[in-house]
Amino acid sequence: MLTLNTLIADAKNFNQPSESVMEVQRVLQICNACRYCEGFCATFQSMTRRLDFNVADVHFMANLCHNCGACLHACQYAPPNEFGVNIPQAMAKVRLETYQTYAWPKQLGSIYQKNGLALTMLTSIAIILFLLSLQTSSTGLFNTNTDANFYAIFPHNSLAMIFGSVFLVMVLALTLGVRGFWRQVSTDPMMLGAAKDATLDMLTLKNLGGGHQQGCNEADDAFSLWRRRFHHMTFYGFLLCFAATSVATLFHYFLGWEAPYSYTSLPVILGTVGGLGLIVGPIGLLCLNLNRHPLHGDAAQKPMDIGFIASLLAISVSGIALLALRHTPLMGILLCVHLGFVMGFFLMMPYGKFAHGIFRSAALLKNAIEVKMGKSVSVGSD
Amino acid sequence: MFDVIVVGGGNAALCAALTAREGGASVLILESAPIEWRGGNSVHTRNLRCMHDAPQDVLVEAYPEEEFWQDLLKVTGGLTNEKLARIIIRGTSTVRDWMRKHGVHFQPSLSGTLHVARTNAFFMGGGKALVNAFFRSAEQLGIKIRYETTVKHVNVKDGIFESVVLDNGEVISGKSCVLACGGFESNREWLKEAWGQNENGEWPADNFLIRGTKFNRGDVLKNLLDQGADQIGDVTQGHCVAIDARSPLYDGGICTRLDCVSLGIVVNQFAKRFYDEGEDFWPKRYAIWGRLVALQQGQIAYSIIDSKAIGRFMPPVFSAIKGNTISEIAQQLNLDVDQLNQTVNEFNQSCHVGTFNHNILDDCHTENIAPEKTHWALPIDQGPFYAYPLRPGITFTYLSLKTDETAAVFFNEQASPNLFVAGELMAGNVLGKGYTAGIGMSIGTIFGRIAGQSAADAVKKMKESHAHA
Ligand SMILES: Cc1cc2nc3c(=O)[nH]c(=O)nc-3n(C[C@H](O)[C@H](O)[C@H](O)COP(=O)(O)OP(=O)(O)OC[C@H]3O[C@@H](n4cnc5c(N)ncnc54)[C@H](O)[C@@H]3O)c2cc1C
Ligand code: SF4
Ligand code: SF4
Repeated sequence: MLTLNTLIADAKNFNQPSESVMEVQRVLQICNACRYCEGFCATFQSMTRRLDFNVADVHFMANLCHNCGACLHACQYAPPNEFGVNIPQAMAKVRLETYQTYAWPKQLGSIYQKNGLALTMLTSIAIILFLLSLQTSSTGLFNTNTDANFYAIFPHNSLAMIFGSVFLVMVLALTLGVRGFWRQVSTDPMMLGAAKDATLDMLTLKNLGGGHQQGCNEADDAFSLWRRRFHHMTFYGFLLCFAATSVATLFHYFLGWEAPYSYTSLPVILGTVGGLGLIVGPIGLLCLNLNRHPLHGDAAQKPMDIGFIASLLAISVSGIALLALRHTPLMGILLCVHLGFVMGFFLMMPYGKFAHGIFRSAALLKNAIEVKMGKSVSVGSD
Repeated sequence: MFDVIVVGGGNAALCAALTAREGGASVLILESAPIEWRGGNSVHTRNLRCMHDAPQDVLVEAYPEEEFWQDLLKVTGGLTNEKLARIIIRGTSTVRDWMRKHGVHFQPSLSGTLHVARTNAFFMGGGKALVNAFFRSAEQLGIKIRYETTVKHVNVKDGIFESVVLDNGEVISGKSCVLACGGFESNREWLKEAWGQNENGEWPADNFLIRGTKFNRGDVLKNLLDQGADQIGDVTQGHCVAIDARSPLYDGGICTRLDCVSLGIVVNQFAKRFYDEGEDFWPKRYAIWGRLVALQQGQIAYSIIDSKAIGRFMPPVFSAIKGNTISEIAQQLNLDVDQLNQTVNEFNQSCHVGTFNHNILDDCHTENIAPEKTHWALPIDQGPFYAYPLRPGITFTYLSLKTDETAAVFFNEQASPNLFVAGELMAGNVLGKGYTAGIGMSIGTIFGRIAGQSAADAVKKMKESHAHA
């Protein structure tokens, strides 16, 4: 729980804006006098509701920004103009600070952001090796019975226990983080209608439509819907996999149906479709990420982005491989690999790109509340 | 050899190039700026004034031809060519679909701009997004674009276009040509010469800021006038507004504008008021304050407001100069403290406060003071006080090549068969003086399209006459 000391430290952090926050304050002052981009996304609409921007506003708006690039290519003040406005980059830097400020433990957050790919892979490999050694000691490296029975290798209850508790701890860490964030940025009362709007914004990625539903920018000033599509595949793929696991758990505990399930059973269908989404989506996002215009976003965050994408991809590829080869002697090894990647993903969840989904949803909610309340500053004219 | 050479890379040039290409011509665009600075003043624009007889996509209510024409007549005081103006006005009613076809997006008017949603269509993302879309479309249609390519001389023989000469001496010939390379507002020597020396021995233009591109140097305009092309418009006329004196010399764009003039008083460097700050709504009066400041000594003025005004105008890009008393403001602005106090006191005492309403021409006005403030006159008495320094900001110049409904360039009142003009370079035909928001792009778009069409037609005619010969 928050102690007095951490509260004081946090308050200090908030009163002394970081360089990234000051840069956002600088560029937003220019944008607010210009406002040409207000049609693109919610970030600009929330800007026009303010005359100046405190640190909490900046954190909030940074998490509303989808880094779509539209306002950079449209900006009359983008570098090399003297004003040097680069909203997506300035916002991305602050977003990173949000994840860092609220990560617990903080140190892990910053290590992850610098070495996302290496850290996730090393963690996953360590867990894989550990699981493999467990397995080898009980059944040998290659399993002999090919009835696809995972629980012959790891008993269901211990799997559920280990994964369940890691998952819960990480969810708790994320929740505490986003609660801290929410307390800083929002003082308005909750509203049911706003929650509905925010959920729709989130589920449809409305703000990646570029305001005209032709999409956002990638390598250049042309609009493209591919990021939205790949993001959808990743997001819904992830949800379907999660649903598959949940259904399987229900089957197990309530109906007493134990794995392995047939290829046409509900959990396997959900998992297969989700797994395919989680292969195509992240590969697409990775290609887009590597080909992004160099001025978009914050190059220093690529390791984090790529680490996250790689981790999702490793989960889905190993999961599909496990499904395909579950009747072969490789099953045991693949099971260890798959579980290792899942565990690695869980462990890193609160420290990087996964957090963006949570913080952004919170920001969308705050935005929806402001819109519902009809907040505005009425300025005379244009 | 290209069929059509287009000189310039802003909105007018792009509209001409795209139309000529649609008319079957091969097209080469020569843009003076490097790629990251392409698009001229057009990148700083936000909207296009459009006539419409009923609500249409992003436009509300109606803005009929006659009302548009009357608005133009009013601001120009009759210095306009009605025939050309009406062609432009009518053209704006249908041009948005063509623009959309080439990737331009319009947006419904959002915060603080509802009163212009009737007359003006807003580009989503502004003019740079528009220019990007046109360039993308041009590339897709196979139009060739050369950046960092400045035309210095246009070879014309007996009124017939032959070729252009670049600053490096390279000669590029074409069958026809559209000139759409802007005014001369970033040619400081020319501005200085045009504005001359005032009675205090100052060269006012030395203190002008240029709101747009530094590439509109008027080389081609000068070159053609020197070759006897017919000219229209006054060399000192243009769109000149009062902007924040701290703005960059070029490309400060829209954000440097200051909206608070009508909410307070404006004083010159002698701490004296010099014009009715409440004469009319700010968008309407906006365009006169540049000239007013240009006529003051030192070409500087200061808008002073008090705390009551905060939140009532568009947030400015630079922070205000702030003081708890008028004396503190005077010290920070280096103005005579006693004089500023006296000016403010006299103004405050003359205020006849009625019902303040910034959305109408209200009844808050001054009595027995010169100059008077006819609306929104509230005493400046609630600290802290705020000030913004003002300088003349040139948007674009109106000295132009004379033209007709085919966009032809004229020599001794003879239309050239294959040399055409569009945009700022001919805006003076319709804008003798004054300005009404969004009409720069209306002129550039409609005449860009006409010039492109005429250039493509000229090439076709040449081909036909060759075939007959
Ligand atoms: C801050 C600002 C805001 C404005 N807002 C609006 C608005 O909202 N609505 C509106 O209607 N109007 C607006 N205007 C006016 C509008 O910008 C102009 O009327 C319009 O852009 C003119 O278009 P153009 O193509 O003729 O010129 P430009 O867009 O200026 O293009 C001229 C081009 O010619 C090139 N060039 C110059 N010399 C040469 C040469 N020798 N050789 C080759 N190329 C050359 C330049 O690099 C440039 O690309 C605004 C202007 C400014 C500065
Ligand atoms: S990003 Fe640039 S063009 Fe867009 S609102 Fe901000 S300053 Fe204006
Ligand atoms: S990058 Fe995209 S999402 Fe972010 S502020 Fe700009 S337009 Fe909005």
